[in-house]
Amino acid sequence: MLNVANISVTFNEGTLDEKKALNGIELEMIAGDFVTVIGSNGAGKSTLMNVISGNILPDVGDVIIDGKQVVHLPEYKRSAFIGRVFQDPMAGTAPSMTIEENLAMAYSRDKKRRLKFGVTKKRKDMFRDYLKTLNLGLEDRLSAKVGLLSGGERQALSLLMATFTNPNILLLDEHTAALDPSRAELITSLTEKVVRESGLTTLMVTHNMQQALDLGNRLIMMDKGQIIFEANGEEKKRLTVKDLLQEFQRIRGQQFEDDRSVLG
Amino acid sequence: MFISMFGAVESGVIYAIMALGVYLTFRVLDFPDLTVDGSFVTGASVAALSIVNGVPPILATLFALLAGFLAGCITGLLHTKGKVNALLSGILMMTALYSINLRILGQPTLSMLHETTIFKQLGSFWSVTGIDNALNSLLGVFGLDRFPSTWAILIIMAVVTVIIKLVTDYYLKTEVGLALRAIGDNKRMIRSFSANTDNLTIVGVGLSNGLVALSGALIGQLGGFADVNMGIGMIVIGLASVIIGEALFGTKTIARATLAVIGGAIIYRIIVTLALRVDFLETGDMKFITATIVIIALVAPKILHMQKEKKRRIQKRKQLGGDTHA
Repeated sequence: MLNVANISVTFNEGTLDEKKALNGIELEMIAGDFVTVIGSNGAGKSTLMNVISGNILPDVGDVIIDGKQVVHLPEYKRSAFIGRVFQDPMAGTAPSMTIEENLAMAYSRDKKRRLKFGVTKKRKDMFRDYLKTLNLGLEDRLSAKVGLLSGGERQALSLLMATFTNPNILLLDEHTAALDPSRAELITSLTEKVVRESGLTTLMVTHNMQQALDLGNRLIMMDKGQIIFEANGEEKKRLTVKDLLQEFQRIRGQQFEDDRSVLG
Repeated sequence: MFISMFGAVESGVIYAIMALGVYLTFRVLDFPDLTVDGSFVTGASVAALSIVNGVPPILATLFALLAGFLAGCITGLLHTKGKVNALLSGILMMTALYSINLRILGQPTLSMLHETTIFKQLGSFWSVTGIDNALNSLLGVFGLDRFPSTWAILIIMAVVTVIIKLVTDYYLKTEVGLALRAIGDNKRMIRSFSANTDNLTIVGVGLSNGLVALSGALIGQLGGFADVNMGIGMIVIGLASVIIGEALFGTKTIARATLAVIGGAIIYRIIVTLALRVDFLETGDMKFITATIVIIALVAPKILHMQKEKKRRIQKRKQLGGDTHA
């Protein structure tokens, strides 16, 4: 479904600040794969996300989605088949527009936008049914402005908007990191439910190792722009946070204390 | 007094079309577009030149709309594809349009006084209906002795403006319109839902300036001339209309907001008419008055809000028995 081949990205090439953000990354995901990505700050996790979504153009390499080479497609064209949820709960929705209008915009993702009403009676019923699955009572507030919702509610809505049109790829970029623990747990369980039910091919970046272990069927660990560790299926199920920390130390052979405090 | 108020409302209804254009960029796209000062004149100039050369007035007015649309699209192109700052791209286009307008007119002022304008055509059609006599005799009942020469412009332009408002309302609720509104609200979000934000912005700024030019063409025909300087300060007038309207009539829904903008444009004209009746003010002071209105409309709500907060805090402190200095 998603094939990332030999991707390299260099920032500020030729200056003192030159940084190899990604160094020959290879990642292949089959349909229904749910990959969690962990790594310390600056490991290249977000850059990888941005290369897949089209925010950043790689120096070399291919991004192939469902057999189509998309590396040259601009971000807006690619987003027809990529759903995204950002870290900032404010980023995924339009605050001065209503819940139904936001859902209508998400609904147009993979279709041509026309000069017909975005919110119709039929669509409202459909939106209501989707909102019910969140169990937040949002189905009764279709015409409320999204800016009035709490951070957790907005992120839940963002998740719904990113997924209900069944995109080929779902990208989750630390989407629970900016929420308080109980809200983060809610979004985590919603994510688990949505991905399980719709079988979306998902790539999730997280700073939370426990979350990375609880969710998904595959786990990759990144450092200095490379994938340094990978665990799949049964092997991943047996992993613990302690194993991950040991693994990192073994591979990189360096003090991990700094990262331990960050990764919690 | 009645006659001058009548004139204020009459031109206010036409300026409202310009204000709707400003609303599209300033509020919907969050794009402070200064092209308006130029495209307003472009509209008047294209219409005047066409009419002087024998083009039917209705067609001349449509040409004006098209010219404004093109000018706006170029501003949008500069901003999106050329990555020029929004304010600067408008200023550049406005400056360039000044020369273009002068070329179109061929002279600083082009008179249409002896030409058949859209309003003269309307007038001859209107006089047959006898509505003027009916309305004026109605006014006579209220004891007025001086009557407006014709109601045609006011009534027909009100209908045209309301139709434009309704089309705008509809457009902003379509799938395309929703994406356009999201650009002003959260550009990153709408891009992640596969909307081509560049093209939408270009078309949006184009439509806005199309309306502005249409308004310019009509104001030019109403006054009987197009002048290369008639657009100076037009953006501030547009902003004043939008801000006054929103403050007085609210912005709860799109339909409400566009209605507020029309109301704001009419009220702005009335304020200016009243201000000019004050003895020590001259016509040249109008721009100063406009700027002052916009400043008051922008700053007053913030001061009021601060005052209210301050009062609330003092009240709260009293309740809690603490010291009461703010």
